Amino acid sequence: MKFSTLLAAGIALAVTATAAFADDISGAGATFPFPVYSKWADAYKKATGVGLNYQSIGSGAGIKQIQAKTVTFGATDIPQKAEDLAKFGLVQWPQVMGGIVPVVNLEGIAAGDLVLDGPTLANIYLGKVKTWDDAAITKLNPSAKLPALPIVVVRRSDGSGTTFNFTTYLSSVSPDFKAAVGAGQAVEWPVGVGAKGNDGVAANVMQTKGAIGYVEYAFAKQNAMVNTDMINSAGKRVKPKLESFAAAASNADWNSAPNFNLVIVNQPGDASWPMTNATFILMYSQPDDKAAAAAALAFFDWSFTNGAKMAEELDYIPMPVSVIAKIKSSAWTTIITK
Amino acid sequence: MPSYSARQRKSTIVMALCLMATLIGVVWLFLILFSLLINGLPGLSLATFTEMTPPPGSHAGGLLNAIYGSVVMTIFGVGIGAPIGVLAGTYLAEYGRHSKVTPVIRFINDILLSAPSIIIGLFIYGAVVVPMRSFSAVAGSIALAVIVIPVVVRTTEDMLLLVPNTLREAASALGLPRSYVIRKVTYRAARAGLITGILLAVARVGGETAPLLFTVLSNQFWSANLLKPMANLPVTINNFINNPDANWKHLAWTGALLITVAVLSLNISARFFGASKDGQ
Amino acid sequence: MSTADETMQAIPHVAKQQRARVLLGMALGDKVFALATQVAAYLVLLVLAGIILSLIVGAWPAMKAFGFEFLITRRWAPQLEPEPVLGALAPIYGTLVSSFIAMLIAVPFGLGIAIFLTELCPHRLRKPVRLAIELLAGIPSIIYGMWGFFVLGPFLANYIEPSLVAAFANIPVLNSIFSGEMVSNLSLFNASLILAIMILPFITAIAVDVFSTVPPVLKEAAYGIGCTTWEVVNNVVLPFTRVGVVGGVMLALGRALGETMAVTFIIGNSFKISGSIFAPSTTISAAIASEFAESSGLHQSALILLGLLLFVLTFFVLATARFMLMRLEKRAGA
Repeated sequence: MKFSTLLAAGIALAVTATAAFADDISGAGATFPFPVYSKWADAYKKATGVGLNYQSIGSGAGIKQIQAKTVTFGATDIPQKAEDLAKFGLVQWPQVMGGIVPVVNLEGIAAGDLVLDGPTLANIYLGKVKTWDDAAITKLNPSAKLPALPIVVVRRSDGSGTTFNFTTYLSSVSPDFKAAVGAGQAVEWPVGVGAKGNDGVAANVMQTKGAIGYVEYAFAKQNAMVNTDMINSAGKRVKPKLESFAAAASNADWNSAPNFNLVIVNQPGDASWPMTNATFILMYSQPDDKAAAAAALAFFDWSFTNGAKMAEELDYIPMPVSVIAKIKSSAWTTIITK
Repeated sequence: MPSYSARQRKSTIVMALCLMATLIGVVWLFLILFSLLINGLPGLSLATFTEMTPPPGSHAGGLLNAIYGSVVMTIFGVGIGAPIGVLAGTYLAEYGRHSKVTPVIRFINDILLSAPSIIIGLFIYGAVVVPMRSFSAVAGSIALAVIVIPVVVRTTEDMLLLVPNTLREAASALGLPRSYVIRKVTYRAARAGLITGILLAVARVGGETAPLLFTVLSNQFWSANLLKPMANLPVTINNFINNPDANWKHLAWTGALLITVAVLSLNISARFFGASKDGQ
Repeated sequence: MSTADETMQAIPHVAKQQRARVLLGMALGDKVFALATQVAAYLVLLVLAGIILSLIVGAWPAMKAFGFEFLITRRWAPQLEPEPVLGALAPIYGTLVSSFIAMLIAVPFGLGIAIFLTELCPHRLRKPVRLAIELLAGIPSIIYGMWGFFVLGPFLANYIEPSLVAAFANIPVLNSIFSGEMVSNLSLFNASLILAIMILPFITAIAVDVFSTVPPVLKEAAYGIGCTTWEVVNNVVLPFTRVGVVGGVMLALGRALGETMAVTFIIGNSFKISGSIFAPSTTISAAIASEFAESSGLHQSALILLGLLLFVLTFFVLATARFMLMRLEKRAGA
């Protein structure tokens, strides 16, 4: 039979190909920071020749992958508690901050045409506000032409840090939402269609008339999606943009948060965007592969030093210098790379 | 009893409905192919075959690593599964023709033939991925092999049973041992059919996605290490199509066009291969 | 005879030894080959045993934790602390209903096409028409998924479903089945329609095959006494092939129940049981495909238990199908 020759050819092909490529840094997790990580990775590869294989599979899956040690670092938008970190011997730090925005697909509605407040957004995700011409929405948007279309709610089907921050925000502004759904990386949504990842939510909203979803701002901006404005906790209408994310982020008190365990949604301040959050990196303090851990830290160090501008271009907020210093002096010193 | 013309009318109506059903049934293939051509053809270029899958937000890139991974895993999957399938089919048609176990094996094989492929994925996750503690191309290949086996067993048995017994008797009368009769005479007589079966198996696994989802995962980059996650076309399409990035979406359509054209041409050539032999 | 003996004696001693060696080698090869085929054949049984065993082992923690309750619990809450609440009712519902609707659409179409092909179709068109239908079976599942997501789903949601909603708006019961509250391109109905297209070639192929087992003399006799085409089909062909047709339908049902990628794309992945077929839903296979990679602990075990349920379900459906088709084969052979 000819299978043996085929098999031999396949093996030969595989072996010759393996040798030609150097090892990349491997990481997996949150889809929220994927655009900025891949931009950094591209620039880093050009600068140093070292690549980063980042699988954006969701925060929940990222935590699982680092626990299973299939990757060098995990990425999550959900800050881990001290006891969970201790249990696995993990170290965590915030890498970059950004904003979550509601995105809609409505004919004749452009970005910034609509405004929503927290309770209305919560009621949409509770299935209480069912159509676009519902009084709750028209009251906030007297001048917008809203169709009598059913609202197609799009939310995550996977374990997600974006969902965690989004539901934390909705729970903080709506007691109903807190009671019926609550906050978590995966919740029992009363309505809606489930999509995988920030990208899946974005793709589904773009594909469905009358849809609403929530995604990291870079996903909305890169794909020219229609985002809404929000009424923040000060009662002011704010637009999602770098300045409003930064205004909210500036309130974050990282120094008094042990292990950087901090959720920064619904911050006070007239200019604060209500759904701002940080995204975190998880690594082992005693990694099996020390060289790989050192390579990963070198990449993060490089992106703290050289990546701020690139992050801002995608409307992520770089970590403040003081916080970076604290990350280097506290979290990173506990990782054994030699 | 109604009049003949009334009965004739009724028959005509039903037959017209059958004709309509056929027209509607035939139209899907062309609608799907049309969508694939419209969306996939513009993105098809040399770069599709020479460049790696790009990061999001770029305008270039190809599917080289995904195509490579799919080819490798299909070769390994069929390379493992087809010989086993041919041997098992040989047992059913030759040695075990009168064994009591044969109908049981045949029955189980027919069920495996239609078993949900996601179940095969779960099986290989538990049997290969968990013990190896890593997603890998090996696990994906084994999953594909498990799908290949029943397809090849079935066609091999059918084709061998079509070979006239007089051929076997004539060969045996020359004093050839049985395995030689099978390999030198029966296999040769049924060669076209055996190859048809293997082509069909390749077509079947070429587009399989579900069993790969949690056995090989996928890979953004080039990886030829069989013990690590490897890029592959179906899962890449699955990831790219669920993304708003326009460039990724175009690549996904192009990949879908490639897979479909490959799988359908395999199907058609398998048919002609089988038919040309039948006709003789 | 005597000449043969003379030749044998003429062969030198060394050649005889060589011949014996070759024959021994052949006999050994013969045994090895026979054994190899037997091992390979038993491997098929081993694969089945392996599938069942690995599913049971994986599902065991969930079986212990949830017991029979698993089948009747509507909630799917893997995130609950300290223990998740997980029930299979919603995916089972979605699996059964989507397959049922798909069968409802595909069976009449499949049989209609088979009748057309065997009774009406001009001989020259038979092969191309059959090919066009059967190639549908060759298109990979994921292609159906993306096509449903980008082409069929929006078309249904924008043009077909609103008119269905309007048509049934004033009829009780039906207006909640065809409710307009949730119409979107991701729904149970859209998934069912894709499934119907996907299983059409299976029903058609088997129906054509079993229709051609009807002895021509039976049909000719019926035509001879003045039966119309439909009467021949209805009174001769269908009764004669009933077992086979049901077998083919069951085979297609087995496919529909386990279909994964296409359904995952367009069913909407929602663990809510809704009376409306335009609402999003989920199936067993879609739940596994979209959650398995990131699940762990009891959640993962529950997903494997779902897989076990699906396997048992399809096993029985497919076994029934094969059993019926076997009966027909026996009769056709006799």
